[in-house]
Amino acid sequence: MFEGYSLAELGSIFAMQGFAGLILFSVFVLMALGLAIIFGQMGVINMAHGEFMILGAYVTYLCSNFISSTVPALFPAYFFIAMILAFFASGALGMLVEWGMIRFLYRRPLDTLLATWGLSLILQQVFRSVFGAREVGVVLPDWLMGSVAVTDTIEVPINGLFVMGLTMAITVVIYAVMFRSRWGQGVRAVMQNRTMAGAVGINTEKVDRYTFGLGCGIAGVAGSAFTMVGSTGPTSGQLYIVDTFLVVVFGGAQSLIGTIASAFTISQAQSTMEFFLSGSTAKVLTLLTVVVILMLRPQGLFVLKVRR
Amino acid sequence: MSSDKFDAGKPVGGLPSPLRRKLLLGMAALPAVGLLPRGALAQALPTDAVNTTKLAVTDSTVKVGILHSTTGTMAISETGSVQAEKLAIAQINEMGGVLGRKIEVIQEDGASDWPTFAEKARKLLVEDKVAAVFGCWTSASRKAVLPVFEQYNGMLYYPTFYEGLEQSKNVIYTGQEATQQILAGLDWVTKEKGAKSFFLIGSDYIWPRTSNKIARKHIEMKGQKVVGEEYFPLGHTQFNSVINKIKLTKPDVIYASVVGGSNVAFYKQMKAAGIDLNKQVLMTISVTEDEMLGIGGENIAGAYACMKYFQSLQNPNNEKFVAAFKKMWGANSVIGDVTQAGYLGPWLWKLTVEKAQSFDIDKIAVASEGIEFTGAPEGYVRVHGNHHLWSKTRVGRARPDGQFDVVYETADLIEPNPFPKGYQ
Repeated sequence: MFEGYSLAELGSIFAMQGFAGLILFSVFVLMALGLAIIFGQMGVINMAHGEFMILGAYVTYLCSNFISSTVPALFPAYFFIAMILAFFASGALGMLVEWGMIRFLYRRPLDTLLATWGLSLILQQVFRSVFGAREVGVVLPDWLMGSVAVTDTIEVPINGLFVMGLTMAITVVIYAVMFRSRWGQGVRAVMQNRTMAGAVGINTEKVDRYTFGLGCGIAGVAGSAFTMVGSTGPTSGQLYIVDTFLVVVFGGAQSLIGTIASAFTISQAQSTMEFFLSGSTAKVLTLLTVVVILMLRPQGLFVLKVRR
Repeated sequence: MSSDKFDAGKPVGGLPSPLRRKLLLGMAALPAVGLLPRGALAQALPTDAVNTTKLAVTDSTVKVGILHSTTGTMAISETGSVQAEKLAIAQINEMGGVLGRKIEVIQEDGASDWPTFAEKARKLLVEDKVAAVFGCWTSASRKAVLPVFEQYNGMLYYPTFYEGLEQSKNVIYTGQEATQQILAGLDWVTKEKGAKSFFLIGSDYIWPRTSNKIARKHIEMKGQKVVGEEYFPLGHTQFNSVINKIKLTKPDVIYASVVGGSNVAFYKQMKAAGIDLNKQVLMTISVTEDEMLGIGGENIAGAYACMKYFQSLQNPNNEKFVAAFKKMWGANSVIGDVTQAGYLGPWLWKLTVEKAQSFDIDKIAVASEGIEFTGAPEGYVRVHGNHHLWSKTRVGRARPDGQFDVVYETADLIEPNPFPKGYQ
């Protein structure tokens, strides 16, 4: 397929392809971080994760409409406001759900699967009733569209760079919160041994609620960011849920590093294969590889080393 | 809405009063006396005569079904069809109904689930005994209900443009089949843009694959080249790799049949990757005004779409239709190709029933051939013997405001050819 191209042309295509892979990687990490906390750390199989993301996307949509009609001067910066609002909206809903539903199901993981799946259907129908069945178009500020020309032939999409930057920032924040703060220590203590954590005076219920809220909040931010690359409709969340679980499970559910490593592996494999093979074949091969590796190594790529 | 009468069907009803008095006597005990002027004609055409197969037809009413997804993924697309069908039915009732009988709608939800479609179709035909069903959107749902319609001898008016390769006594296809939609568009882009190479990209299911098969045959028969053909799973949201591939192969035309949510991702990412659709020719057969809402006009402006109807079409029928649609469903509503095709269904059925002077499915199936609807928003349409429509094909250019500028239309109606020889 490369006959008739100069070396320089091929070089720039491969450079752009490299960026495409990195962007996919960022998207995967962003999708999976929230779930890595909820599923990985708390052990809750949250099938409604995609809907929390779409809630963030709808918040962005409302925010864009509101700002462009009231204070158009702020429009170029609205995306940041929208992401913060998305975080709080999804986070608050997450805490509500934890309080009203999840906390009764901590000891019954399979029931949470059913319950959260039901929740996802309910949320989809709520979105449909409120925003209509059709997809909504989120208008982006101009500076987020278009591409940067690195050289004459290499162009990198700006929104891709934005997602990459955002992902890095959120990853660093999560890392700091989970591994460098007192609160994060509490979270990890509760996850490792709930009874003991309670015995030493940690309010485990509160920790659960905030952790779940944090995971959902991050999902909201991810959803907000994805309005740049994907669609916003009542069922759009379903597009992400499979990939999200894939990344988290493949990485080893309890390890944040594992999530990142697995996002990297899957995204690179998929984007390279998509380039050389066709789209559907690439997806099939990626899934097959993941299945085979998980058969050989059911605990995922990385495992938290704890004494049990 | 009485001002919205179309020149197609002549208003019926309102016969002289002796008949009416007779009817009053005859029906005095019945509660449904609100429809007397219409009932008068029904008396002239007694129910026993126009309905020999025990359909849900009375002296004053006839029941029809609407079967679309109002929940689930497909609700995005099917909502417009439901609205158009209800508008058409409301207008027909306004004009006196069908053979003097007011149309009553029984709406069922297919819930984006094909077995549900089949089950609801059976319910409409067996329990409700509806005289016609307007419904289905995806080919999968149509394939699921087809055996039901054939077994219980129902009549389905199917609005979506689709891949062809099907014909049934029990279905009237009011959208275009693949060759009608594809060939004229390809010829236009070749002539107008001097296109020599094409990159075909679509979602991975039967309609894009069959359409691209026809497109590829046509392109290669004319000595042009297909430089790439790619399919992505439904709902795929990452197109960066294929966009790089498009950049590498530098096709004259990107020929796109990506559907649903993937569309949004595809066009947004192309724009972000610096592909300017004002310079790069892109022709799509899957983006209507409906999809534009989600994609955002600014992301797709400049692209060409090839289908039979655009909301911006300028003719008196369409102006009336758009005004009536907006009056009924809100000023912000948009009308895409399939929505318009959905609107044709009830009208074609009414005209056919009046021609056949009967609601019987067998008679309608035969009488359908040659039915003309001059009030169609897309202009004049005629039903072919193969139950598809003769229609024009048009090319529209996407505008940032979510509408299309019609830049080309075929001079003549194109004959529907669901089983194209040499293209399979």
